[in-house]
Amino acid sequence: MTASNPLAAQARWRPWEPVLWLAALATPWLFKEHALIINEVAIVALFAVSLDLILGYTGIVSLGHAAFLGFGAYSAALFAKHVMPDPLVGLLVGTVAGTLLGALFSLTILRGTDLTRIMVTLGLTLILFELANKLDWLTGGADGLQGVTIGPLLGRFEFDLYGQVAAWYSLVVLLLCFVLARRLVHSPFGATLKAVRDNRLRAMAIGIPVLSRLSVVYTLAAGMAGAAGALLAQTTGFASLDVFSIERSADVVMMLVIGGVGWLYGGVAGAVVFKLLHDVVAGITPQYWNFWVGLFLVVLVLVGRERLLKPWTWFSRKGAA
Amino acid sequence: MLTILFDGIAYGMLLFILAVGLSVTMGLMNFINLAHGAFAMLGGYLTVALMQHQGLPFLACLPIAFGVTALVGAVLERTLYRPMYKKPHLDQVLFSIGLTFMAVAATDYFMGSQQQIIQLPEWLLGRTEWFDGALGMGHYRLFIIAICAALTVGLQFVLSRTRFGSRLRASVDDPRVAASLGINVNLVFAATFAVGSGLAGLGGALGAEVLGLDPSFPLKFLVYFLIVVAVGGTSSITGPLLAALLLGIADVAGKYYIPKLGGFIVYTLMIAILIWRPHGLFSRLGGGK
Amino acid sequence: MNTTVLKTEGLVKRFGGIAATQNVSLNVQQGARHALIGPNGAGKTTLINLLTGVLEPSAGRILLDGDDITTLAPHQRVRRGMVRTFQINQLFNSLTPQETLAMVVAQHLGLGGRWWQPLGRQPAVNERCDQLLEQFHLGDVRHVRTEHLAYGKRRLLEIAIALACEPRVLLLDEPVAGVPAGEREELLRTVAALPADVSVLLIEHDMDLVFEFARFITVLVNGAVLVEGTPEAIANDPQVKAVYLGHGEAIHG
Repeated sequence: MTASNPLAAQARWRPWEPVLWLAALATPWLFKEHALIINEVAIVALFAVSLDLILGYTGIVSLGHAAFLGFGAYSAALFAKHVMPDPLVGLLVGTVAGTLLGALFSLTILRGTDLTRIMVTLGLTLILFELANKLDWLTGGADGLQGVTIGPLLGRFEFDLYGQVAAWYSLVVLLLCFVLARRLVHSPFGATLKAVRDNRLRAMAIGIPVLSRLSVVYTLAAGMAGAAGALLAQTTGFASLDVFSIERSADVVMMLVIGGVGWLYGGVAGAVVFKLLHDVVAGITPQYWNFWVGLFLVVLVLVGRERLLKPWTWFSRKGAA
Repeated sequence: MLTILFDGIAYGMLLFILAVGLSVTMGLMNFINLAHGAFAMLGGYLTVALMQHQGLPFLACLPIAFGVTALVGAVLERTLYRPMYKKPHLDQVLFSIGLTFMAVAATDYFMGSQQQIIQLPEWLLGRTEWFDGALGMGHYRLFIIAICAALTVGLQFVLSRTRFGSRLRASVDDPRVAASLGINVNLVFAATFAVGSGLAGLGGALGAEVLGLDPSFPLKFLVYFLIVVAVGGTSSITGPLLAALLLGIADVAGKYYIPKLGGFIVYTLMIAILIWRPHGLFSRLGGGK
Repeated sequence: MNTTVLKTEGLVKRFGGIAATQNVSLNVQQGARHALIGPNGAGKTTLINLLTGVLEPSAGRILLDGDDITTLAPHQRVRRGMVRTFQINQLFNSLTPQETLAMVVAQHLGLGGRWWQPLGRQPAVNERCDQLLEQFHLGDVRHVRTEHLAYGKRRLLEIAIALACEPRVLLLDEPVAGVPAGEREELLRTVAALPADVSVLLIEHDMDLVFEFARFITVLVNGAVLVEGTPEAIANDPQVKAVYLGHGEAIHG
């Protein structure tokens, strides 16, 4: 019996986790009228968790994660429209699309400074935006890709108007991807990622092939974002240019920051809080949502990100970064 | 074709004046300030307001745009920005995007979301044709080039010939050593930030007619400013100058010759350059992370 | 029968007009306790950076076990058994010593790519990790986040990480730098207890440690090798004395 058990213990599911997930899966049944929102939250949470793999576990600042969301969305939508309407196959298509794009883009983010990376990730997303805009015979351009009809899930469950089936679908996919990500993060591979995040120089000096690790994670995260995009297109029956917008990329970074970077549940928590806040505030001042978001960000950063979840530190002088 | 070149140069010089403050701030304080475009917007709207409500002539508005924006920059630097210098880049990005969102929403609220029109004075309108029309030089663009060129020369002079310039360069190279030499680094930072913001404000005023002015200006042009800084590097001002000129010409030429692809060309070019030279086209080997 | 395990031939590194490393030809023997000394700015750390691949040489070759590794990437050199420690601690602040060492050992055992199994389930990893924690007196702080550790413990962890890579050639860059007097003994004993088959190249300023530990010394001045020899020879060498007395340092023998 070694004292190394705590390491393995870290990887074990805490008691509250299965409860949380069961509760989450029950919500579309318990809150039938809100199934659409639940669906949205699940999709956005998946998107945020995928970004956490990059931002939280490797430290790379990416402002272009929406590229994969959008690419997955359009791929799945086009697939459903022109090839076959089965949702699961479409999900696979979206995921593969995101993965391929991620592999390609990962070549660009390996070198350079933080600023370079921000620029490149932003630029790549903007290019995709322009492409989707200009290739309007394929993508519907500024009007978006309409008329995407999705067949029944597993051949049996029709996507109903309430959105219940959609919500369950998204929640299950979220759960599966989350479990995958969780495994990854607690594995030796995940540990090397944290090493790269904490001290890239030393990681190299102990034999970790840093660049290849970064590429692999980036590609994986992109695939997951692609899955989120596919879910988005499939459950809304629609794909539009705003999936590639700067706002999307900025929103998801914010969600992650709210929920806490680097612990996977941060993406989920952040998505829930963000969506709820958005609906509440947008109900009051729809036009100026961005102002409050901006103010929130400024205050958050000035006060110190880690203190957000520790209200007792809000008014003390010391502590924080 | 020469006209395209001319227009591209005018655009590029304008972009340079707009972005040079951002470049120096990045190089000096290692701070990614994505809110830089908001200062430009401030200068633009200020000019519009002064011209429309106070009836001030255009030329008089330009130094005011510079001065007021510089002042705002100085105040913000002292109060909001200074605690941010030591924070990680992610925090800086979040902070400056937050500021930008606030500025955009506030402008939309107070000034409305429509395009602002600037009535240029008579003598700036018009166009001179050379070589039988092969080169058409709009007077306003000529004016822009002249002002920006003068400013560039002035900046270069200040940087290389004055004491402030050498203090600035020392602080960029190594703030700690500069401080131990008795250079008031805080003052250098504040002054530089103020001037950089002031120039952005001036650029916003100058550019309102050429680039358009509405509340989405900071976000729309953010990418261009960042391109200038990323490609031009932060260790000189000639780097961003050349990058801005390159960008200006490429954008104008691209939009003219292949309108279908539009801004596409510029983004692709930027990505290609950054992949080839991750530290920018003109910087010496690496600074920063 | 002594074999050369690490060798450089005419290694040169220029930065602009300055030659930080000038024509350095070094031979580290199998099982060596080889010290590299010299005044500040002599180019010792540059040399280490060249050996580990962080810097690219302007000229010259580096050979490990007879293989030319001059163009190999840093992580590949580590795979071949050349590991270094850093003068300024380079640790993983958010990880505990246990997590750190488990990660390094796993990586070294080739398990770094495994993503489906939690870290802590591999008995080989756990065993070696426990062993290292013991050896480096980190057992009692194994669950403390690295950023909260005392400096002396951090220094021990710094070296433990390198040992976890099972090095054949260990490059120690000023291991006792900044270590408070109370914790130096612990560190010195650990360094002295390094396995005999590991070849050690030590950079140090502390002459006590050098003369206690080293069996062979190379003196580097202005990027070039001034003289090499046994500790006794070096202690009595007039050139070395001049260099050090000129810089105000004294040599003990």
